[in-house]
Amino acid sequence: MTTEDRIRAVVGKIAQKPLPSDPEESLFESGVLDSFALPDVVGELEKEFSLKVPDSDLNPRKFDSLARITHYVESNI
Amino acid sequence: MAFLRAFGSYVPARVVTNAELAARLGCETDWILNASGISERRYAETESVADLATRAAEDCLARAMTRQVGMVIVSSGSSPRRFPGPAAEIAAKMGFAGVPALDVPMASAGSLFGLALAAQCASSAGPVLVIAAEKMSTAIADDKNTAILFGDGAGACLVDPKEGGAEIVRWDLHSDGTYSEALRLEFGAPIHMDGYTVILQASRKIPAAIREVLEHTSTPASAVGTFLMHQANQNLIVRIAKALDVAPEKFFSNIARYGNTSSASMLIAASEWHAQSGFRAGEPVVFAGFGAGFHWGALLALGL
Repeated sequence: MTTEDRIRAVVGKIAQKPLPSDPEESLFESGVLDSFALPDVVGELEKEFSLKVPDSDLNPRKFDSLARITHYVESNI
Repeated sequence: MAFLRAFGSYVPARVVTNAELAARLGCETDWILNASGISERRYAETESVADLATRAAEDCLARAMTRQVGMVIVSSGSSPRRFPGPAAEIAAKMGFAGVPALDVPMASAGSLFGLALAAQCASSAGPVLVIAAEKMSTAIADDKNTAILFGDGAGACLVDPKEGGAEIVRWDLHSDGTYSEALRLEFGAPIHMDGYTVILQASRKIPAAIREVLEHTSTPASAVGTFLMHQANQNLIVRIAKALDVAPEKFFSNIARYGNTSSASMLIAASEWHAQSGFRAGEPVVFAGFGAGFHWGALLALGL
């Protein structure tokens, strides 16, 4: 599995909704993730990739699309 | 040393149901309940922030059976003027003109910071009356994501240097202005809330602050009798309990009836909890808050 595949699995597990095919599409504006699902996604990403997201990186913009999440994860593992 | 001697609260009479709000905002009643855990909230129609505060404070002093007050601290994020804040007016209305009255213009976490400040001041000032009062109905417009959350009310606590049902043992407070734009209320504009940022930060920072105060007092989370949190959103309260591996039932909640009354909510919750069950000897109680600023923290009191 690619990093994006694993991220899709994490986000899909939390969202329980179909994910956008375009990785650039906003997960917030499309209604895939609400404000309470986002902390769960971050927590699951930490487990899946054995990384620690510091408070200073808890900026929703870093996690508002599959592409941005992939960029964040690949930059921090 | 400082002790929690008594609590009081007041909410205005007008009940605003989810059905009323749903009709006005064009959303579903079930969506409001699921998104927030709130069934209804109270709106003050003619009463001011100072009126709400005075009613809660009088309730607190009646329960304490004293009129001896050496200092008044008032937190409010929704007071109507740049200055003066409501503290001096409230003190005067209660017959405490001349007693130092300090405004803490801080939403949500203001009552927590007020309690900590009172604990510091009580030994020199004498009993400190901490009041948190909010008229959040004046801060909302027709944005359904914020309008469903907020209500009006006030809470109070008398922090005494000599006696009370619990001793304030420790507090850990934090502020970080990096996020000052994420949640703000400016004069002449409705409240602005970036919900994604607020929830993402609160979900991490509140449990961290509670763990911090527990570690500093060598208290396991399982030993805490009750958690009294700022009543921001029931979904957030449940999330905090899960993060601490504590049963959600240990988190007192009355948000279903009053909504988010900002800084007043923690003391309204404390007042209701104290009237229902109250402190038990040797049992820790943890207060926690988070809000605009961001300001956040936790305080531990030990029942006597």
